[in-house]
Amino acid sequence: MSEEFKLEIVNPEKSFLVKDDVSEVVVPTFEGEMGILKDHISIISFLKPGIIKILSKSGDENYYVEDGIVEFKNNNLSILTSTIFNLADMDKSKQQDLLKQAEEEANKTDINDQSKYLADQKVEVLKTLN
Amino acid sequence: MASLDDLKKRIASVKSTQKITKAMKMVAAAKLRRAQESAEKGRPYSEKMNNVILNLSNGISDKENAPKLLSGTGQEKTHLCVVMTSDRGLCGGFNSNIIKKAKSYFAKILDEGKELKIITVGSKGNDQLKRVYGDKIIENISFKESKNANYFDADKVGKMVIEKFEAGEFDVCTIFYNQFKNVITQIPQAQQIIPLNNDGEESSSEESYEFEPDEDEILSNLLPKNISTQIFKAMLENSASEQGSRMSAMDNATRNAGEMVDKLTIEYNRSRQAAITKELIEIISGAESL
Repeated sequence: MSEEFKLEIVNPEKSFLVKDDVSEVVVPTFEGEMGILKDHISIISFLKPGIIKILSKSGDENYYVEDGIVEFKNNNLSILTSTIFNLADMDKSKQQDLLKQAEEEANKTDINDQSKYLADQKVEVLKTLN
Repeated sequence: MASLDDLKKRIASVKSTQKITKAMKMVAAAKLRRAQESAEKGRPYSEKMNNVILNLSNGISDKENAPKLLSGTGQEKTHLCVVMTSDRGLCGGFNSNIIKKAKSYFAKILDEGKELKIITVGSKGNDQLKRVYGDKIIENISFKESKNANYFDADKVGKMVIEKFEAGEFDVCTIFYNQFKNVITQIPQAQQIIPLNNDGEESSSEESYEFEPDEDEILSNLLPKNISTQIFKAMLENSASEQGSRMSAMDNATRNAGEMVDKLTIEYNRSRQAAITKELIEIISGAESL
């Protein structure tokens, strides 16, 4: 029996990525990193800024996301996100830009705790990339 | 009858108008293809989002304490209408159709003695509504500077709507936009986004989900996102509809201009012949009298 399932990443503009030979996906949810394998229980969860790791037959891929929703059902994994970048396409200057933005956001004083937490997360993740 | 010179000038002017409408039609056609594509590409996201929310709201056990964005404030006193139109004119009935739909809705609300607040997106809608409903318009947003509909803009509108909702400024929110069906047909739509209206749609699966974190937290995160997504969808549909509508309007204009040129040319030729005949008669009768 194959150990693969289908993955679909959608952003508001288009269907970002569709793969049907995925063996494992690691997503950065609010409660920590979560690995999803085939026949995982149906789940809906939220993403925090972090790296999505996709392991598949056709090669591994890494994506940086800032937010999103994960839905897994009947071996279909859907990820809805508004901000996603392929790490392979992301060069240093792009990373620096995002980091600068995130840092600015994190340094704002008039934001609530949750947005502060999210901004801090972004900074942390982006720093580890460099 | 107009003189030959006048006719000549008119023909020239109609011809140059025709050139402009033809160019506009072609530009609209090119833009339409892009807009249509992005409208179609954008659909999976909003559909999936809707699905997730549907599954969630069905799974919620404590309906009474559900987030207000889902269940409403419990009253329907103040209605907020977000009327989405284009920033540019010359697109046939595109804007008027939305306005017409919105106006009939406004009239209904006011008849029922409810309060009405309007947010206009796009300057054309504002122009048409401010004459009658000027005092009801609380905000006017326009995205003239952004070339294509993008999520960032939609998010801005969405956040504003939610802010106003949380401040208790309204109970029900409806958005008005044109749904793109094909180049000739665009259907004006009124879609209620707060509270979320999912009558008649039952979740496809009975399956229960595991939630992480719990339902309430997910819902309170998801619902504001859904508002932005729905607005973004409306913007995409709108921009496709606008280009489609403009294309067919400009096509008609080009054809009409062509007909007009034909008519004017016939008239021009007739009067030219009449002038020649008149001159001949004058010469002959002059020669005869000698």
